This record gives sequence, C-alpha cells and structure tokens, in this order.
Amino acid sequence: MAIELFRIDDRLIHGQVVVGWGQPMDLGFVVLVDDEVAGSDWEQELYRMGVPPTMDVYFHSVTDAAGALPRYQADPRPGVLLTGDIETMCQLVDGARAAGTPITVVNLGGIHHRAGRTQHLRYIFLAPAESAELRALAARGVAISAQDVPAARPMPLEDVLAARGDA
Amino acid sequence: MSEGAARALVAGHGDFAAGMVSAVEQITGRGDVFLAVSNRALGADDIERVLREQLDATGATMIFTDLPAGSCTIAARRLLRTRRELVLLTGTSLASLLDFVFHVDLPVTDAARHAAEKARSAVLVLGGGGQISGD
Repeated sequence: MAIELFRIDDRLIHGQVVVGWGQPMDLGFVVLVDDEVAGSDWEQELYRMGVPPTMDVYFHSVTDAAGALPRYQADPRPGVLLTGDIETMCQLVDGARAAGTPITVVNLGGIHHRAGRTQHLRYIFLAPAESAELRALAARGVAISAQDVPAARPMPLEDVLAARGDA
Repeated sequence: MSEGAARALVAGHGDFAAGMVSAVEQITGRGDVFLAVSNRALGADDIERVLREQLDATGATMIFTDLPAGSCTIAARRLLRTRRELVLLTGTSLASLLDFVFHVDLPVTDAARHAAEKARSAVLVLGGGGQISGD
C-alpha cells in the first residue's frame, strides 16, 4: 500500500488526518517530516499520544526523510506523509527524486492565515513566495491539488491560485 | 455556584463548541460557565494563541476539547506544559459539560474527574435485540 498521501498541513497530526483520512484509508502509519519535531522527544510524544494505538507514527528531519522513503513505500499498510510547510515538502521532493523514490502527487491540506498571506480557500492562505514555490514544484512534474478531507473535491493548483476568499 | 466570567473553555472543530455551549444554556441556563472556541481557519500557532488569550481574559483553568488527536487538544497540551494549574478534558460530551456546570465550585481537577466519570457512564447502546450496555 505504501504512502498514499503526501500532504502539506500546518497542523500536522490532527483530527482531519487521524479521523477524516485515517478512517476511510484504514491508515496504518503516519510519517511526520519536520525538523523541530524530529529534534524534540516532547514534541514527538505530543503527536504520538494523539493517534490510536493501531497507528504508528515515524518522525524524520527533512534531510533524513528522503533516505527512509523506500522503506515506507514498501510497507504493506497505507500511510500518510506530512510536512508542516511548503518549503519542507519541496526539499523532500528534491531529495526523494535524487534517492530514486520520486514523489509525484502532493496534497494541500491546510495552510492557514499568517501575516503576508492571502486567502485562496477556506483552509489555504499563501504568500506570493509560497505560490511561486508551488508553481515551481508543479513545473518539476508534481501534481498538486487542494483537498482538506476525502469527501471534498480536489482542486488543482492553478484553480487554487486563481481563487480568492473562503470557497 | 457563582456566576460571572467563564470558568472553562470549550474548544473544537467547526461549531462543536458553540453547539455544546448552546445545549448547556438550553438545559441549565448556565452557558456562561463556558467560552466557545473554534479552530476554524486557524493554524496550530493561532489556536494556541487564542486559547492562551482566552484563558488569560477569563481566568479559566479548564479546557474541554473534542478529539484526543485534534488540533485544539494538541494546542491545549502545549499550554499544559507551562501552566501547572490548567486541566484538560478531551473527548468532551454534553454529559461532561453538564456535570461540570453542577460541580463548578469544586477544585477544578475534582470537577474535571467527576465530569469524565459522568460522561463515561452516559454512553449507552440500546436496542438491536442485545443487552443494554455502557461504554
């Protein structure tokens, strides 16, 4: 089954991931790629306690995540990989390609309000530099769409970037 | 039971908190015990900031959240790290909030434990030709 969803979500592990995606996917594991969390036992315990005992959580810094991808892609259980921001996902995509395990599809799950960002969807706010990063990622052959929960319609990147407001 | 500022925050997804507080108000007239917080459109840092600001504004030392894995719970658990007086109950139900209303003058840890016990005992499965059972 391997990693079925590569998701950018600034809340990292939360209800939409564990329940919204986790239940219909019969999610077996979550790979959380975040330098701060990877360097903190306390942060890891915080996120680990939020998931059911049947679900494993693995933590990686962005530099060591790409090398671990083949192991996760060979896992018979369905999995989700999370990054908390666009930059981390871009670094991971590049590292994964270099490691021979390309990431071809990326989900925008939640990038919320922050100073300098413009609202595109109810759950997607982007600064101009972030929009450019996503366009550059798409130009490298990655299919990007926004979809917060499985029941929602995926919205392609160009439609997301063209959208304004809380649609 | 004293009246005044909210004694606890209720935080969760969408309109969960507002709906719960509305139900408490309808049943007891004491919706003022709680302040509702939604995580809608907020990132993790903003959820934590809103909870911190509302705790400071009200003096509340209790947070009820909906899901153990939810972003409000994660944020509240971060606050527990620096606020030793703070108590968190997750998996909140209407039964737990109603119980808290009627024990709000107890020490907050005791009121929270009482509410959790009440909530557990309030879960029943009925019908289907089987036995009546609790959770």
